[in-house]
Amino acid sequence: MASKNKLNSNTPDGPVTEKWENYKGHVPLVAPNNKRRIDVIIIGSGLAGASAAASLGELGYNVKVFTFHDSPRRAHSIAAQGGINAAKNYSNDGDSVYRLFYDTIKGGDYRAREANVHRLAEVSTEIIDQCVAQGVPFAREYGGLLENRSFGGVQVSRTFYARGQTGQQLLIGAYQALSRQIALGSVKMYNRHEMLDVVVIDGQCRGVIVRNLLTGQLERHGAHAVVLCTGGYGNVFYLSTNAMLCNTTAAWRAHRRGAYFGNPCYTQIHPTCIPVSGDYQSKLTLMSESLRNDGRCWVPLHSDDVKKHPNDIPENARDYYLERRYPAFGNLVPRDIASRAAKTECDNGKGVGPTGLAVYLDFADAIKRLGKSTVEARYGNLFEMYEKITGDNPYEVPMRIYPAVHYTMGGLWVDYELMTTIPGLYAAGEANFSDHGANRLGASALMQGLADGYFVLPYTIGAYLSKEIRTGPISTNTPEFDKVEKDVLDRIHQLTAVQGSQSVESFHRRLGKIMWDKCGMARNAEGLKEAITEIRELRHEFWKDVFVPGRRDEFNPELEKAWRVADFLELGELMCEDALHRNESCGGHFREEYQTPEGEALRDDKKFMYVAAWEWRGADAKPELHKESLDYEEIKVTQRSYK
Amino acid sequence: MSWFSKFITSSIGQKVVMSLTGLFLTLFLAVHLLGNLQLLQDDGGEAFNVYAYFMTHNPLIKTISYVLYASILLHAIQGILIWRSNKAARGTHRYAVNHVRSTERASRNMAWIGIVIFVFILLHLYQFWFQMHWGNLVYVEYDGYTHPVKDLYVLVADSYKNLGFVVFYVISMGVVGFHLWHGFWSLFQTIGLNHSKYTPLIKGIGGAYAVVVPLLFAVIPVVMYLKS
Amino acid sequence: MKLTLKIWRQGGKYNGEFVTYKLDNVNEHMSFLEMLDVLNEQLIEKREEPVAFEHDCREGICGSCSMVIDGRAHGPMQGTTTCQVHMRHYKEGDTIVIEPFRAKAFPVIRDLVVDRSAFDRIIQSGGYISVNTGQAQDANAIPIEKDQASRAFDAAACIGCGACVAACPNASAMLFTSAKVSHLALLPQGEVERKRRVLAMVAQMDAEGFGKCSNVTACEAECPKEISVSNIARLNREYLAATLAGELT
Repeated sequence: MASKNKLNSNTPDGPVTEKWENYKGHVPLVAPNNKRRIDVIIIGSGLAGASAAASLGELGYNVKVFTFHDSPRRAHSIAAQGGINAAKNYSNDGDSVYRLFYDTIKGGDYRAREANVHRLAEVSTEIIDQCVAQGVPFAREYGGLLENRSFGGVQVSRTFYARGQTGQQLLIGAYQALSRQIALGSVKMYNRHEMLDVVVIDGQCRGVIVRNLLTGQLERHGAHAVVLCTGGYGNVFYLSTNAMLCNTTAAWRAHRRGAYFGNPCYTQIHPTCIPVSGDYQSKLTLMSESLRNDGRCWVPLHSDDVKKHPNDIPENARDYYLERRYPAFGNLVPRDIASRAAKTECDNGKGVGPTGLAVYLDFADAIKRLGKSTVEARYGNLFEMYEKITGDNPYEVPMRIYPAVHYTMGGLWVDYELMTTIPGLYAAGEANFSDHGANRLGASALMQGLADGYFVLPYTIGAYLSKEIRTGPISTNTPEFDKVEKDVLDRIHQLTAVQGSQSVESFHRRLGKIMWDKCGMARNAEGLKEAITEIRELRHEFWKDVFVPGRRDEFNPELEKAWRVADFLELGELMCEDALHRNESCGGHFREEYQTPEGEALRDDKKFMYVAAWEWRGADAKPELHKESLDYEEIKVTQRSYK
Repeated sequence: MSWFSKFITSSIGQKVVMSLTGLFLTLFLAVHLLGNLQLLQDDGGEAFNVYAYFMTHNPLIKTISYVLYASILLHAIQGILIWRSNKAARGTHRYAVNHVRSTERASRNMAWIGIVIFVFILLHLYQFWFQMHWGNLVYVEYDGYTHPVKDLYVLVADSYKNLGFVVFYVISMGVVGFHLWHGFWSLFQTIGLNHSKYTPLIKGIGGAYAVVVPLLFAVIPVVMYLKS
Repeated sequence: MKLTLKIWRQGGKYNGEFVTYKLDNVNEHMSFLEMLDVLNEQLIEKREEPVAFEHDCREGICGSCSMVIDGRAHGPMQGTTTCQVHMRHYKEGDTIVIEPFRAKAFPVIRDLVVDRSAFDRIIQSGGYISVNTGQAQDANAIPIEKDQASRAFDAAACIGCGACVAACPNASAMLFTSAKVSHLALLPQGEVERKRRVLAMVAQMDAEGFGKCSNVTACEAECPKEISVSNIARLNREYLAATLAGELT
């Protein structure tokens, strides 16, 4: 019974198009004099964290922000390249809030919560206004007004961009807003502090335990609410486009303390990344999806040609497979479809490059049609980056690309107010599961992070905090804080006490291989079962044989990594459990057993039109599944087609 | 602190002092050069001596000369202070490997070059300026002048009979050129005068100035040595 | 290929010294940081302390890398962060000297990791436009000339890595500060706080103990985002205008 209540999405009543307006009109408020008495902790300083911290600080709450980076500006949001969607309809091409809402639900393969997505589409326009006011230098036309471009999975141009560095510019905007609040004293910033656990007192989240990464000291911080803006967990695959330090620890620790994990198996594999070149590889580099606006994907028509120089393969011996299979969207099909199509070609022996795990992304036509200078203006920095990494010049030779793990749609389960199943604990941005369903559309991650931080949380958190105005300061001198701090300390001691023979990195690499092979672009029941066993064994081996050098009470990046990998070793198993239980294919989750004759994902709406929210039951125990059914009132659910 | 003391002690304010005094000294060099070129006239020193008299007696020039002395001192003292604080800003450890681009050789060594120039100026002042004011120079009379003037020319001509001194002077001019090579462009940059169209022009003029002015200064003693 | 590395070690058992390491299995396609990963794996295998270095995105955008390679911030390539340098630019038998960024305002934390929080404080002193969430007008209400927006972008491209300070013989932070002042001064949105911003940011920059700019331009040469020193001139201009022409408050 209790668990059922916990999964109430708290979606407001009324038609989808009016829910958010109604909600805002009726949500309880906290008076300014009371806000001063309320403490909010934010973990993470990326788009969601920085924007939430700045906005809550402006409102008058006492905010503390923690980041493990040396500066809030380093968060991985900074690496987003392509753009941010908004239903401004500045292009006059038929866009609207409804269409953005519809595209996002459809792109997510009908596995997202309608009310959340509609709200996202509604606030998208305000985000652009806010960012421009902050001085974000979006691309402009000669008339001085904002320029848009199109992205995968949609037929309008609604993506705002700042060269190939949109994430950087948006993050710097949020970072500056945050910096202003730090200077004003409403936000206190803790750099180089990593959250290692949450403290729950009488069923409410009341604070966190953080480790000062320079001294190794554990610190207790109490608050009336805690917001996790800690990003995604793509690094469970070891190789991904995520930054090296991205990890699941904050979300996973919250999960272990009672926050349900939503749809952990929904992973986005991005179709345009630079292929792996060797086993020393530490990470993969994304080439923005925007490249597919002008680049054409192809492989040789005959598998004998795969080792030939691409420029020696004549036009009639090339297979522009996306244009052939999906004439309506062509090279701009959504990411999951483009990725799987590339995999199919490579599986059929058409893959190119030294490993045979790559396809061509060709700009020769674009250069012919637009001229080199236009192509350079659009993609110059991306081409440069490609050349730096590969040594090839994409103006002359087609790029070689291959899909790579990029984003995780899954995350902590949250209700309409972005609250997890632990009252007082919120999750925003990529850390939550809420808006992208089973597949995220390009340029929607930045939109969601900023929507949550600037325009959603500042309203919804008040609903909870309005009940906290009489609570008074949260004491950290309680048995609950004692216990959680001791748990953290014990775990650190355990990690350093093993003194085994294998490096943390080697375990991470092995976990990544299991995940990529068996829970990657295509999954099947047999492989997933094997993966679960293998991950368990690997986890046990880790705790018996890992070697963590250095001391606990000093700056020790290996110890930080060990903790994070230990958490990945638990999360990986849950992802496989989730993928195994979902006997259908949808979006980024492709089960080989469930596909149409043409090889497209085959959903089973009767059985699986729900959010899988998993409850932690212990390290080697089976997690418990809770379901939040998805009811589509506004949108007619159909088989997704981009043909 | 008043706005002015805040400004003048700020990093940019201190650099502006360097820039403006530098600008004044740079312009002075041109005037000085025009006078010195009189040494090359084949008139037994008349033009030069008349010029020297004018420079030491005209009230306006005299006023400007005090500004000049102040500028030299201010430029030197401020330069040393900046050099010291910059040294402190680098911290205790320096790089084991240093990478210096050829274009940075002048700018990275402005302080050292400046000290060399300052020493040159002191010697130069003692040798000519001090003698002109307080030394026992012979007076000469020229047609059309109601008063006798000091014969500085003889002193200069005598000095440039000494090869060692000529060499010292020529080398010093090389150092001045090096200082100007960076200083000319830099002073504009410091007061914010940078423009995509005109900065290349400023750099061009600065380069030419840094070569031509010291070269002409250096030509004078060489010619006089050869003539003697 | 085989390489010799001389790396600055500081903290733990090291007192601030160069330690020499030999690596004999470097692949030319590795990135520079992957080469250091290999070294660290070897050190861990030998149960020695790995070399601490700051890194994160490995795509040249987060600004975490903070090392000087053979005397150059971010290594030998123009307009490139350390993480984007690949080993194909080195050859068999090379010796590479790796040091942390050095400046009084960037104290070394450990090995190649330095504290760059001074940059955060410079931004906090005024590197923003004061607009609360929700106060904004429609994004297209202010047209901005395309080239002007582009210039603002060029300045805003700064990744806050600190290479400018590391490369400067005076450890000056003028390029960093001027990039932010320029980014905001070039946009109409930044106009309102223009004077206040530049005065506050320069005051904070000075208080952090950075050196003074003598227009060496090594910062521009080493900046991985190739930010121009014309921004420094703009900062000087903005500062002079705000000081000399601004009314008393």
